[in-house]
Amino acid sequence: MNGEALGWWGVPLAILGGAIRAGTPYLFVSLGECLTEKSGRINLGLEGNLVLGAMSAYAVSYLSGSPWLGVLAAGGTGMLLGLLHAWLCSFPKVNDIAVGIALMLFGIGVAFFFGKPYIQPAAPHLPALGFGDWSASAQVRAALEINVLFLIGLGTAPLLGWFLANTRWGLMVRTVGDSRNAAEALGFPVNRVRAAATVAGGFLAGVGGAFLSLYYPGSWNEGLSSGQGLIAVALVVFARWQPMRCLYASLLFGGAGALGPALQSVGITGGYYLFNAAPYVLTLLLMAATCSPERTLSGIPGELSVTK
Amino acid sequence: MNDLAGCGYPGHAAEVSHARPALEAIGLCKRFGPLQVLDEVSFKLGQGAFHALLGGNGAGKSTLVKCVMGYHAADRGTVLVENRECAIGNPRDAHRYGLGMVYQHFTLVPEMTVLENLVLSRLPIPAMIRWREEKQRLAALMEEMPFSVPLDRKAGELAAGEKQKVELLKQLFLQPRILILDEPTSVLTPQEADSLLGMLKKRTRSHRLTVLIITHKFREVMDFADAVSVLRRGKLVYSGPLAGQTPARLAELMTGSEEIARTVTREKVEEKPVRLEIDRLDVASDHGARAVKELSIRLRGGEIFGIAGVSGNGQQELVQALSGQRRPDRGAIRIDGSPYAGTRREMARFRLRCLPEEPLRNACVPRMSLAENLALRTFDRPGFTRWRWFVDAKAQKTQARELIERYRVHPPEPERRLDTLSGGNVQRLVLARELSGQVELLIAANPCFGLDFAATAEVRRQLMQARNRGAAVLLVSEDLDELLELSDRIAVMFEGRLTYESWTAEADLDTIGLRMAGH
Ligand SMILES: Nc1ncnc2c1ncn2[C@@H]1O[C@H](COP(=O)(O)OP(=O)(O)OP(=O)(O)O)[C@@H](O)[C@H]1O
Ligand SMILES: [Mg+2]
Repeated sequence: MNGEALGWWGVPLAILGGAIRAGTPYLFVSLGECLTEKSGRINLGLEGNLVLGAMSAYAVSYLSGSPWLGVLAAGGTGMLLGLLHAWLCSFPKVNDIAVGIALMLFGIGVAFFFGKPYIQPAAPHLPALGFGDWSASAQVRAALEINVLFLIGLGTAPLLGWFLANTRWGLMVRTVGDSRNAAEALGFPVNRVRAAATVAGGFLAGVGGAFLSLYYPGSWNEGLSSGQGLIAVALVVFARWQPMRCLYASLLFGGAGALGPALQSVGITGGYYLFNAAPYVLTLLLMAATCSPERTLSGIPGELSVTK
Repeated sequence: MNDLAGCGYPGHAAEVSHARPALEAIGLCKRFGPLQVLDEVSFKLGQGAFHALLGGNGAGKSTLVKCVMGYHAADRGTVLVENRECAIGNPRDAHRYGLGMVYQHFTLVPEMTVLENLVLSRLPIPAMIRWREEKQRLAALMEEMPFSVPLDRKAGELAAGEKQKVELLKQLFLQPRILILDEPTSVLTPQEADSLLGMLKKRTRSHRLTVLIITHKFREVMDFADAVSVLRRGKLVYSGPLAGQTPARLAELMTGSEEIARTVTREKVEEKPVRLEIDRLDVASDHGARAVKELSIRLRGGEIFGIAGVSGNGQQELVQALSGQRRPDRGAIRIDGSPYAGTRREMARFRLRCLPEEPLRNACVPRMSLAENLALRTFDRPGFTRWRWFVDAKAQKTQARELIERYRVHPPEPERRLDTLSGGNVQRLVLARELSGQVELLIAANPCFGLDFAATAEVRRQLMQARNRGAAVLLVSEDLDELLELSDRIAVMFEGRLTYESWTAEADLDTIGLRMAGH
C-alpha cells in the first residue's frame, strides 16, 4: 500500500479529502437553509429535499445518460418541495416547523416510492477534477480528486453572502426575515419574498442530494442519507446565519467525520466509534465556546418562529 | 371629483387658502373586531399646510394615518391625493403618490445597520448597492440635518431617541411631498424637536411639503401648526385653522368630559437615608463600548433625581443595568446598603419598580394578554397562585380588571392581546403594573413617552405622590420641562458620565443646555 509511504501525513490528507467529499451535501443543504431562514422561515424538510433530490438525480441521470440533467432534476424536485412548503406556510396560523417535518417525511416517502426501480442499475456519475494528478501517491490523488459540484458550492457560498449584503433582493430577504413590521411599512410582499427564498433554498438542498447519489457514495438506495439534511439545519445555527461560515462549518463537519476512518488507515483502530462522534462533540464545544449569556444569538433573523 | 371636495366640516373654507388640497380623506371607517376605531372620518390637508392631528390615547390617530398610507385597509372611504382618487393598497403605493410616514412604533430592521436601514427606504432601491458611495452620500446629507446618527451601528442597539432620529432621517432624505409624522418628537429633547419642526416648517413655506403631524405636545402645536384636526374615540370633532384655538379649548375638544388629574404639590419630606447607591459603575453597550463610565449616584428616599441628556449617551445602558437587563462590568450598585444584582427576587425584596423606555419591547410580552402582562410581577406571589404551584387565572383577571379601570386602559378587555393596544395604552398598562403595590425605589425612563396630556398629568402626579410617600425616584428623561417640574436634583449625562449636578431650584438652564451638547 502506498499509504505506508505517506505515513502520518496520510491522516490530514484523508481528513481534507473527507471534508470535501462528505462536506459537500452539508454545504448545499446549509446554504439553502441559510437563505430560507434569512427570510424568516425554518424549513426542516430539507432532509426530504436531499433524499428526493438524490433519487431524481439518479433516475434522470440513468434515463438520459447525462448526470448534469440529473442535477437539474434534483434541483427541480427540491424547488417543488420548497414551493409546497411556502404555499402551506402562507396560510394564517400554520407553523413552518410542523410543515417542514411533514414535508420531510413526504419527500422521503415519495423518493422511496419512485426510487425502487433504480436501486440496481448504474447511472453515469458526475465528473471530478484530479488536482492531485501530479503526485505519484495514490493517496494524494484520491484526496485531491475534487468534484465539480463542490467547486460550484465553493463559489455559491460567497456569492450568497454577497447577494444578501449587496443587492436589492438580498436586502428584501433580510428585511422580511428580521421584522415583518418593517417590511410591511416598506411595502415589501412578505409572503412572496419568503416563498421565493424557500424555493431557492429547496433548489440548493436538492442539488446537495444529487451529489450523494451521483458522486459520493454514488448510488441510490434507501439508506443513502443518514440525516445529513437535518444536521445541515443545525449547522446554520452554528454558522450564525452567514453563508461563508456555512462553508467552514460544512468542511469542519465533513472533516471531523473522516477522522475515524483516517486514523484507522494508519492503524489506530481503538476508539473508532468514539472518533465517529467527533463532529458532534466538536459542534457542542464550539457552540459553548462562542455563546455569550449576555446577549441573544447575534445574527439570528428576528422573524423565525423559534425567536418569537 | 370636484363635487366631493365641498363636503362640509367646520372651518374648511378658512383653512384651504390654496386652490387644491394636497390630501383629502373622505368617510374613512375602520373596525378591529367589535371595536369601531374610525367612524366616518373626513379631513383635508391644504397645500403647504402644517396640520396637527390631536386626540387622546386610543382615539384612532395612528389607525387613521395608517389607513391613509395603505398599511391598514380601510373598511370604507376614499383617499384623494391632489384631487385625484388613489387606490393605495400598501405603503409602497403611497410612496409612489408622494406620501411618506414616520411610524409611532419603530419600523427599523433591528439586525441591520443604520446605513442599511436608510438605503432600504430609498426609492427605488438600486439593484446592486455600492455601499461606499451610499455612505458618502448619506454622510453628506446628514451634515444638513438637525441631528446625526452613527451609520455603522446596528439599529437594534440604538436607544429610543436615536431610533426615532433614524426614522426621521429616512423620510427627510426621501423628501416626500406629503409627510405624515406619528409622534415624531416624543423622545427628542425640546431643542432637537424645535430644530426639526422648524426645518419642516421652512419647507412647507415654499409649498414643497405638506405636513400632517400627530403629537401630544400642545407647545409644538401652538408654535408650528397652522391647522388642526381633533379625534375623539374615532370621530372627528374638529378640523380647521388653528387661529383662535387655545390649548385649553383643544384639550376640551380631545377629552370631552373626562377629568384631568390635578398636579400634586411637592411636599416637604424630612431627609431620609440613602436608598440607592451607585458606585463608579461601568456598563458596556451591545457592541462592547463603554456606555456608562465611572458613574456614581446617591439617591435618598423622598427625592426625585432627574437625569437629562440627549438619547444615546448611556442612559439606556444605565437603566438596563438597574433593571437587571444588563450586567455591569465594574462598580457596584447597592440598595439600602446591600449589593444588588438585578434579580427578580431582589426587586421584590427592595420594592424596586421600573418604567423602561420602549415598554412594548422592554417591559411586556406582546403576545400575551393584558391580564397576563399585568401579572408578570405577581403571578407567583401569595394570592395569585393555587396550591402554591399553579397560576390562578381568576385572581389575575380580577386584578387586571381593577388596574385597567384605575389606569383607564382602553379598551378595557383583560383577554385582549397586548400588541393590539395603542401606543399610549401600552404605556398606561406598564404604569399600572409598576406603580401598583408599594414602591420604594422607582426607575423611570421617559415615562410619558407617547402619553396624551391627561395621562401625562396622571403619571407625573403618580411620580410625585410616590416621592411624597418617601420613595426614591430616578427619572431619566429627554424632556427637560418634565425634569425641571418633577426633580429635586437634576443632572446631565453626556457620553456615559454625569457632567452637571445641581439642586433643581438652583439649576442654571443655559449650563444644562451646554452640557447636554457636550460643552
Ligand atoms: N391591529 C389592531 N388590532 C386590534 N385593535 C387595534 C389594532 N390597532 C389598533 N387597535 C385599537 O384601535 C384603537 C385606536 O388605536 P390607535 O393606535 O389608532 O390609537 P392612537 O390614537 O394612535 O393612540 P396613541 O396616542 O396611544 O398612540 C385602540 O383602542 C387600539 O386598541
Ligand atoms: Mg398612536
